[in-house]
Amino acid sequence: MTRTLDQTTQEVLDLAARHFQVAPGTLAPSDDFFRKLGINSLQALELLSRLENHFSIELPDYEMQGVSDFQTLAERIQSRL
Amino acid sequence: MKSFHGKALRWEWREGILELALDHAPINEIGTVMLADLERFAAAIPALAPETSACIVYSARKEGFCAGADLRELYRGAAALAEKERIAGVRDFLERIHVVANAMDTAPFVTIGAIHGLCFGGGFELALLCDIIVADKMARFAFPELRLGLIPGFGGIPRLKRDVGNAFIRELLLTGRTVNATRAQSVGLVAQLAAEGEALKVARLMAAQIAKFDPGTRAAAKKFIKPIPHDELRQEIDLFCELFARPAVMAALKKFVEATDAMPYLP
Repeated sequence: MTRTLDQTTQEVLDLAARHFQVAPGTLAPSDDFFRKLGINSLQALELLSRLENHFSIELPDYEMQGVSDFQTLAERIQSRL
Repeated sequence: MKSFHGKALRWEWREGILELALDHAPINEIGTVMLADLERFAAAIPALAPETSACIVYSARKEGFCAGADLRELYRGAAALAEKERIAGVRDFLERIHVVANAMDTAPFVTIGAIHGLCFGGGFELALLCDIIVADKMARFAFPELRLGLIPGFGGIPRLKRDVGNAFIRELLLTGRTVNATRAQSVGLVAQLAAEGEALKVARLMAAQIAKFDPGTRAAAKKFIKPIPHDELRQEIDLFCELFARPAVMAALKKFVEATDAMPYLP
């Protein structure tokens, strides 16, 4: 399945909303997920596992360092699809 | 002692199956309290072994199996000591945990690690003592020691070398990255994947299967197929102590203990 970056971004937002139990549509691509979701490092790793399982990819966590918004996260995922 | 309830873990024996539950907040960090309870378990193995076919090792903590060594306790203890005493203290801790590790590694019953969530550093090394690993799909494994200027010290690398290829070990060790359960299975580290929250259930079914076989044959097969890399384990202790003597390690431990970063677990 080939995804566009927009599709990937939307899937990341939907998955994060489901995982952290926030209402669908409340997250935006430019949101800082640490601030918006109030998550810590362990929860960030949970999200990483969730994303890797969903997209069937591996995303080394050092690539996540410095990434705090969904859009950039989706771009990192897109480059692994 | 068929059941035990300590400060950091508990075990229960039922119909030939032993279940060892790590339960020490926040995520089963291995410090003096956990070590003392692990030593109690290791000391109980000879008495438990004749009637035990399998032992499941799991965590009762929601966040994961084990986050590794108790770095806060390590830093606080080491900071109060002069360099020579600091190294002697660390060596003593390593020697003690290696005795526990070798006892668990060579137990005549089959050990099954039921792993979920975080399985990092010393926790990963604890998991590697198990003969078979069942992992929850959300489990993550890592050796983040290099960010502290150290190598794994509880026998991790020599034991991992028994199971997986050197390229995977180098990637884990030299990048400090975490890997998910699917990758861990693909390289041969994890035997079976379980759905979220189901690793213990899967491990219990496996233990029931293992219990069907002749105990003597089972023990002989395990001994034949799972040698203890004694020489490398000794070398690892020496190298760890040599690295621990460098000032950069205390600086890195201090940074970790004081970290307010969003992802302090990552290098």
